Amino acid sequence: MSLYKLTLRELQEKFTKGEVTACEIVQAYTLRLNQLEPKVRAYITLTKEAALAQAEALDEKLKGWRRTMALMGMPVAVKDNICTQGVLTTCASRMLSNFVPPYDASVIARLRGQSYLLLGKTNLDEFAMGSSTENSAFGPSRNPWNLSRVPGGSSGGSAAAVAADLCAAALGSDTGGSIRQPAACCGVVGLKPTYGRVSRFGLVAFASSLDQIGPITKDVADAAMLLGVIAGHDPLDSTSANLPVPDYAKALKKKDFKKLKVGVPREYFAEGLDPEVEQAVQAAIEEIKQLGGEIKEIALPRTDAAIATYYLIATAEASSNLARYDGVKYGLRSKETGNLLDMYMKTRQEGFGPEVKRRIMLGTYALSAGYYDAFYGKAQAVRTLIRQDFEAAFREVDLIVTPVTPTPAFKLGEKSEDPLQMYLSDIYTISVNLAGNPAIAVPCGFSKDGLPIGLQIIGRPFEEETLLRGAHAYEQATNWRTKRPNIR
Amino acid sequence: MAYEVVIGLEVHAQLLTQSKMFCACGTKFGLPANSQTCPICLGMPGTLPVINKKAIEMAVRTGLALQCRIGEQSRFARKNYFYPDLPKGYQISQYEAPICEHGSVEVEVGQAKRPVRIRRAHLEEDAGKNIHEAGANGSRVDLNRAGTPLLEIVTEPDMRSADEVVAYLKMLREILMYLEVCDGNMEEGSLRCEPNLSLRPVGQKEFGTKVELKNINSFKFVKEAIEYEIKRQTKVLNEGGKIAQETRLWDSDKGETATMRSKEEAHDYRYFPDPDLVPLSLASEWIDDLRKTLPELPAVRQRRFVGEYGLPDYDAGVLTGSKALADYFEACVRLFPQPKTVSNWVMGELLRELNQAGLSAAASPVSPERLVSLLQLVEKGTVSLKVAREIFPELYASGKAPEEIVKAKGLTQVSDEGSLAKIIDEVIAKNQAQAEQYKGGKEAVLGFLVGQVMKSSGGKANPGKVNELLKKKLAG
Repeated sequence: MSLYKLTLRELQEKFTKGEVTACEIVQAYTLRLNQLEPKVRAYITLTKEAALAQAEALDEKLKGWRRTMALMGMPVAVKDNICTQGVLTTCASRMLSNFVPPYDASVIARLRGQSYLLLGKTNLDEFAMGSSTENSAFGPSRNPWNLSRVPGGSSGGSAAAVAADLCAAALGSDTGGSIRQPAACCGVVGLKPTYGRVSRFGLVAFASSLDQIGPITKDVADAAMLLGVIAGHDPLDSTSANLPVPDYAKALKKKDFKKLKVGVPREYFAEGLDPEVEQAVQAAIEEIKQLGGEIKEIALPRTDAAIATYYLIATAEASSNLARYDGVKYGLRSKETGNLLDMYMKTRQEGFGPEVKRRIMLGTYALSAGYYDAFYGKAQAVRTLIRQDFEAAFREVDLIVTPVTPTPAFKLGEKSEDPLQMYLSDIYTISVNLAGNPAIAVPCGFSKDGLPIGLQIIGRPFEEETLLRGAHAYEQATNWRTKRPNIR
Repeated sequence: MAYEVVIGLEVHAQLLTQSKMFCACGTKFGLPANSQTCPICLGMPGTLPVINKKAIEMAVRTGLALQCRIGEQSRFARKNYFYPDLPKGYQISQYEAPICEHGSVEVEVGQAKRPVRIRRAHLEEDAGKNIHEAGANGSRVDLNRAGTPLLEIVTEPDMRSADEVVAYLKMLREILMYLEVCDGNMEEGSLRCEPNLSLRPVGQKEFGTKVELKNINSFKFVKEAIEYEIKRQTKVLNEGGKIAQETRLWDSDKGETATMRSKEEAHDYRYFPDPDLVPLSLASEWIDDLRKTLPELPAVRQRRFVGEYGLPDYDAGVLTGSKALADYFEACVRLFPQPKTVSNWVMGELLRELNQAGLSAAASPVSPERLVSLLQLVEKGTVSLKVAREIFPELYASGKAPEEIVKAKGLTQVSDEGSLAKIIDEVIAKNQAQAEQYKGGKEAVLGFLVGQVMKSSGGKANPGKVNELLKKKLAG
């Protein structure tokens, strides 16, 4: 069996046993990348050569024996809004097309501490703003299941890379669904941890109160393993929680839903949900019931306000977070600079794409004197209500299951002229970011066109264990994960 | 028409922390441009702020000294505006929930005491500096100062004259320096003040239109700028004009203020809570512990100096004007319990030298012990007061012990009767006429004769003893 087809755990086992060397792993992936990356375009920057050099050094250092560190020698792809020291980090923006950070994000420092191998930096919607990677300044990525379809977004490159076996696992970031939605579109597993579970230091900020880094992997156990490495308190991030990190692999032992109450929110099965997606999700709910889960219908009454709330809070924060790209210190500076104001305006006109500009304008407006209370202030109040909805629901149930996306992956260009339609692709994922809970996307079927469909499972804050147990039990009871995209 | 001026003050005090407000960079002044920076204070993508606990401590101690209520939950907010010296495009400050609120200090002008209410004191980070060099190709930015902690202390509009503002500012500066949270240096910008003032007809309750003044970096300019602005506004109003709400810059060369920006040009800072920093919760026990670390503050200490040492108000005021000087004084008094004598020496000889050298009493080359041994030499009659005053500059400059200087120069006072009698005989012999006058009842002549004895002894004779011996001699 080709090395690139293995899960992270299978590959790690072979490596630990000495059945493969780090060099062989990188070489296998290099071949695969040479063959498929031109079609999928999952990456903005490839670091195959550096990975090979690191692999050689690692093999040399290890010789006969092996230390068991989860990510040692494992080829990982990293979303290009996570800072990697000495490696270009562009956020898929012209603004940062020349930016090489002199520091690692805290999650990268942890992976580096385990001697992981960075295969490259993956494509995304510019500054993680979008649901298709079509907002990338460097062109969209393709869905490995159907190259005319989008891979979802904004972590579309990471999801496509995992689905097409162009890496063993990947990191993404999720602000309104940016891990889960592309994972569902590409038929892989994507986990957004609880807000504060994983350090944000070095994640280029889009919306600071919503952003969270998480794993995108071939199966649930891989996600558990990768989460175990990146989770935990970081003194460099005041919003990271100072809580112990459990052994997530242990959580996977119970392969059922026994004694778990599983909520199904009626608001998530209303107008706009594609019938094929609904059928697949209903079938998954039936399967969960067979696995011992007690299914309960629940209400999340403020669901209809989530998109409006999100697009005020996220854009307000973004308008401030993106103010630092002014041409003064790093990144792009327009060549047409007259006075200071010219430099600012030309730099930002040339550096940002239309969606980023749209969100900066929206956010600036929402925070303006005279509008603050009506927009940002009101959105914060509604956010509290949405969080309370989840708190109330989780007093009755242990997990909540919903669709991840209203439709399977759409065609390239299909929604790019209609931002509102595009925003609706995140309708089932956005509330979770506003509430701060953890959630996972796992494959739960295919459309007639052969496109993957995802199931979202939502958990209580900092109860990733229950979430992973449920997702794993469902995954193991079905065989969706065994179907791979037929791409050559 | 007669107008009353209403003045409020914003003061920015740079806190004396070792590291910056939100990163580990140092806060030293005057180092090569951009040498005190890191990815965090440069505002690089993905970096995050972490609050400096020491800065919180200093802010709370200041708040307590200013009688403020300390917010158990305070929040940091972003103040958004574009400027090259502001690397993130926003300043982390506090807006809705400042760390200190509702305080008050008492300010003395002449005989009158008057409370000035503190509206709030909040923490924020400083910006960097833009450098525009003549002939250079473009401007440069130095971000060494970016991220240095500042405490902004805002009063209510409680002051009614330039003198009151200066008195408040001096009092505030003393308090900050007593707390050792700010070095109080206005010229270097570690203490910056921005008055806002308006005029209203005497007797009117409503405030007039407010003007803010910037670019004031000394006590002298505070007074000048406010007095200029009062005159300017009075003239405008008397001529039937209206005051424009604006920010004006003080030009100390011209001695006038000029429009910097009007209300219409004022920024919309789009404040909102900084999502990178969780609300700051301060335990009331921690605040109580900090309260216990507060030093005796200047006003209290001044009252104590009057009561405990029997010093005049003036002396107590000068001595408590700086913590170091007051500490110096008390160290001396512990060794030499004659407060008024010590006060005269500290305020006179010592302060003259220190002021000339621009030194604080803490850095005085003459230690309290040395000064006291000089006073003891006078007390024992080893040297005269005059000699002691004369050798003080040498004592200050050389760092030698007073005994050593006196010995080396042979300045020991002559008190033994044998040696003095010899000089006295010579003086009487040379001044027969005056001696006869004295004997004839003209007692005032004695002073002349004492002076002659002192002169021929080279100033070393003990004047009391000379007096006594002369009288005996001439009576006999």
